[in-house]
Amino acid sequence: MTTDISSRLTQADDQAPVDDSTLLQWMHKNLFSNVWQTVLTVAVGYALLYFGWRFLDWAVLRAVWVASDPALCSVPGAGACWAVIVEKHRPMLFGLYPYDEHWRMVLFIGLYLGTVIVSLTPAFWNFRFLVPLWIIVFVALCVLIWGGMFGLRYVPTSEWGGLPLTIIMFSGTVLFGLPVAVFLALGRRSPLPVARGVSVVFIESLRGVPLITILFVAVSIFPLFLPPGVEVNKLLRVTIGVAIFFACYQAEVIRGGLQAVPRGQYEAADSLNMTYWQTTRRIILPQAIRIALPAITNHIIAAMKNTSFVIIIGLFDILTATTAVMADPLWSRFYIEAYMFVAFIYFIFGYALSLYARQVEKWTASGHN
Amino acid sequence: MTSNAPAHADAAPVIEIRNVSKWYNNFRALKDVSINVRKGERVVIAGPSGSGKSTLIRCVNRLEEHQRGQIVVNGIELTDSVKNISAIRNDIGMVFQQFNLFPHLTVLENLTIGPTLVRKMKRKDAEDLAMHFLEKVRIPEQAGKYPLQLSGGQQQRVAIARSLCMQPQIMLFDEPTSALDPEMIKEVLDVMINLAETGMTMICVTHEMGFARTVADQVVLMADGEIVEQGEPEEFFNNPKMERTRTFLDQILKH
Repeated sequence: MTTDISSRLTQADDQAPVDDSTLLQWMHKNLFSNVWQTVLTVAVGYALLYFGWRFLDWAVLRAVWVASDPALCSVPGAGACWAVIVEKHRPMLFGLYPYDEHWRMVLFIGLYLGTVIVSLTPAFWNFRFLVPLWIIVFVALCVLIWGGMFGLRYVPTSEWGGLPLTIIMFSGTVLFGLPVAVFLALGRRSPLPVARGVSVVFIESLRGVPLITILFVAVSIFPLFLPPGVEVNKLLRVTIGVAIFFACYQAEVIRGGLQAVPRGQYEAADSLNMTYWQTTRRIILPQAIRIALPAITNHIIAAMKNTSFVIIIGLFDILTATTAVMADPLWSRFYIEAYMFVAFIYFIFGYALSLYARQVEKWTASGHN
Repeated sequence: MTSNAPAHADAAPVIEIRNVSKWYNNFRALKDVSINVRKGERVVIAGPSGSGKSTLIRCVNRLEEHQRGQIVVNGIELTDSVKNISAIRNDIGMVFQQFNLFPHLTVLENLTIGPTLVRKMKRKDAEDLAMHFLEKVRIPEQAGKYPLQLSGGQQQRVAIARSLCMQPQIMLFDEPTSALDPEMIKEVLDVMINLAETGMTMICVTHEMGFARTVADQVVLMADGEIVEQGEPEEFFNNPKMERTRTFLDQILKH
């Protein structure tokens, strides 16, 4: 019996090397391996500790948490004045919405976020459950925010504001914009000259102008084309304007994804005699969207922040509401704390979106990188 | 039953290619090509790269468009008419050099998507059909895996099974083993030989001359967009008439 290669290796050779480095060893290898690295580690470490401590000191240790009198925050040695948030959070979060009805807004946010979280969880992905759920929730949300029935006071759209308004605009932008983006992207690649022509004109003209211009047209110019007496709600017009702008950018991102799908996929589907729509929906789009997912997430997070443009019709989302609220001369010195709060809210939403996108990438990995 | 038994000699041709020419812009890829393929016949098309052999079979199921000449499949002429193209594609299955499996679907889903969407089969029936063909290509245990988790030879066999699930009358193979390691070529060729023995009409573009000798009824040599020589394997390999054929055989058989 000849000895083959595998028998020449001993048992020990066959085991993968065990990684038993301790924390100290890791630190030595990655932080202190040579002089320059050590210097850098010490410098960065010192900077982190110094500024970290100062921030902690300002933001937590010396902070004033509750104070109805701004003078308490101006005491020398006082840190961050989070009291401004405690004082002002209502107008910041809810804008001009009537004070007594704020509980409706809280319910609105809670109901909406809860339903969204349920909808995004794969365990609940069943049309027979989700479609009725959303119909009911949508009606409930409308009743909550508009009022006018069940004894709830009527609140016109011109008084909506704050976080719920941001959420409404964001949802409208994404829900309306994404399907339009898909059709624009497909249209641009279509062999049909009309579809392609329309898509190109749409995308290129709307991508090239500032969002403000589009909103201006939606708000001021568009009504001129409507027959007399017909009026379309301003909030709806602005949302559609932002949604179309979003769709044009998103269309190009999706088109990039479509281009990255190998031609062989189209050919295989053609050979199986699948129709254009069957191929697009089942074979091409799933692959294209997965490829473009990081860029798509980018634009969705940006759409969250573009909601501030609703100021153009005099409505206040959280950012503009905060700016307006901070005009109060008593508290205007503490704008840093106020904006940090708003930034934090944006961050929560943006980060949640990122995490979800990463999860989607994992779910659709199917053996890829 | 030997694989070299001649096909039904007097059957009408299922594929007629008459004086077909194709241009890519100004480059003429096919020059007046004519071939007839009878039912149950196995045709192997060989030739150097750029000879137009892939272009020719891709014209048969309209993955490429021919500008001049006629292609008639099962009595239906291949024109711009979507109805005709669809009717023709219904009867033809194709296997590609790069497999072209759908990476986001499992093996089983790859096989059932055609029958369920196009033939409107019920999911259960389609899955039974898929498992039947997976067993034919000898990898039934891979049904739940994703294509990228399989080896090249396995992927190509899945691709063959996927085409067979549409129950075509004609199978086109575009260099099916050219992207495979030598060890895997055999497993794919075995599947193709089995398929040939069931009487399937096959047009195969390949460099595997051993396969041609075993299975083909007709061997065709193409070069520069034209047919140089065609004939039965005995004639072709042992008694080539054209100089070009002799050169080709010298190159290809001298490893």
